[in-house]
Amino acid sequence: MADGTAKPLPPSRPEFERTLPPLGAVGDVARPLTAFEKLTNLASARRIFLLLILAAIWQAYGAWLSNPLIFPPFTDVADALWDSILRRGLLWRAWASIAVLAKGYVIGVVLALVITALAVSTRVGSDLLSTLTAMFNPLPAIALLPIALLWFGLGETSLVFVLVHSVLWPLALNTHAGFTAVSDTLRMAGRNYGLTGIPYVIRILIPAAFPSILAGLKIAWAFAWRTLIAAELVFGVSSRSGGLGWFIFENRNELNIPEVFAGLVMVILIGLAVEAVVFRAVEARTVRRWGMQR
Amino acid sequence: MLLGPSGCGKSSLLKSVGGFLKPVEGEIRLSGAEVDGPGPDRMMVFQEFDQLPPWKTVKENVMFPLTASGKLRRREAEDRARSYIAKVGLERFADVHPHMLSGGMKQRVAIARALAMEPAILLMDEPFAALDALTRRKMQEELLALWEEARFTVLFVTHSIEEAIVVGSRILVMSPHPGRVKAELDADGFDHRSVGGEKFQKLQTRIHDMLFADRIESHG
Ligand SMILES: Nc1ncnc2c1ncn2[C@@H]1O[C@H](COP(=O)(O)OP(=O)(O)O)[C@@H](O)[C@H]1O
Ligand SMILES: [Mg+2]
Repeated sequence: MADGTAKPLPPSRPEFERTLPPLGAVGDVARPLTAFEKLTNLASARRIFLLLILAAIWQAYGAWLSNPLIFPPFTDVADALWDSILRRGLLWRAWASIAVLAKGYVIGVVLALVITALAVSTRVGSDLLSTLTAMFNPLPAIALLPIALLWFGLGETSLVFVLVHSVLWPLALNTHAGFTAVSDTLRMAGRNYGLTGIPYVIRILIPAAFPSILAGLKIAWAFAWRTLIAAELVFGVSSRSGGLGWFIFENRNELNIPEVFAGLVMVILIGLAVEAVVFRAVEARTVRRWGMQR
Repeated sequence: MLLGPSGCGKSSLLKSVGGFLKPVEGEIRLSGAEVDGPGPDRMMVFQEFDQLPPWKTVKENVMFPLTASGKLRRREAEDRARSYIAKVGLERFADVHPHMLSGGMKQRVAIARALAMEPAILLMDEPFAALDALTRRKMQEELLALWEEARFTVLFVTHSIEEAIVVGSRILVMSPHPGRVKAELDADGFDHRSVGGEKFQKLQTRIHDMLFADRIESHG
């Protein structure tokens, strides 16, 4: 004002009011997707496409290297995989591994939930759990195998013992973190219903912490699967029929390199299947449906 | 009605009555019995939107305290849940999970959940504070209508003078932190139609002066 320049005014425009025509006449707001868009919207379709490209690169490199003892081309491995499934009982071996894994996993999960549930109810328990997970979580479970063999002998029990360790600590860590992150309001709501002790843990804390618990279950599964294959590779003869790790080890000794790769592919396929089928289904049915995770 | 400036301890007082906080000194009695820990006879409607377990649908949420406290069996709980969900106008959303609802709708579910328990006393902590003006007014009217029907006891926290007068029948005015009860006023017989009326304005000014006086004292 002092310098005399006029400040700009908001532009004034004529007012209007209109009666809106019925919506149908305006036309569709949604447009149907083309077949290509539908396909690329499917995460599984995109993933399969990527896998095909990777397989093609593998094939090209294997053919160029032309040294099947070091790196067999993809088609050789696919043949060996098919052959092993049909004639050498690869699926049976895989099943043997999965059966042992399931035992260790279930025991580990139950232990982790029980220990964490007990730990959160007291401060000492909470401190003890934090200390224990801090101690055992960085320790590779496979490192316990020699001791397990000493204690339980050459057999499934040793494998299960090691598996329980690989599951227990990461899951307990995640579950504990999940429990402590449950909001005060939700806790008070639960106590308002008159829930205490174990019912309170089961009906409030566990579902409220479920996103963390599920993440822990996934990590624990990956740890357990790795640990089991590693354990079988080293001491695989212990389990009755010998699992996937033992299959890989045997074939390496006999220089059946495509079979070795076939065994590895099987390990990866099972890992992918559990992740993409089992955990995805659980996720869709729980945390996604509840809006606790996008 | 508990009315007082922000941070004076309204929520704390309500949580103490709910049994979530233990008084350091003195005791809280409800019809003679000392409050000792939380319980389903005192249902609380919290200020926060995350008070509904997200893993339960609206209907399951209203049923949850009924079955968890062993008050009703599943069947009866379901019937009662339906009728209270209808009372807060959410029939169409009975089978939806809370994350699909707006803040105001969640708050209505929390109110239905608390009312369905038919508690001895209902504790409400600024239940409408986070709502837009339109929804807020509708909810106040709904609460008054429900109260007209069932005549339950409500301990209601607010920091809005108008809300206190319209919704409440007795107002406890609290001083700023540390909160002490400064006055107990009669606000019976006021509703939304009396807003702006002479008596209403007189009461409003009176409360306003009480709260305002404190602010000057605390600065001076
Ligand atoms: N009588 C009291 N004794 C101890 N702490 C109190 C008391 N009143 C209020 N406070 C503290 O003041 C803070 C705000 O209280 P709160 O109840 O949330 O206020 P309001 O709900 O009125 O805004 C809290 O951290 C609470 O611990
Ligand atoms: Mg408050």
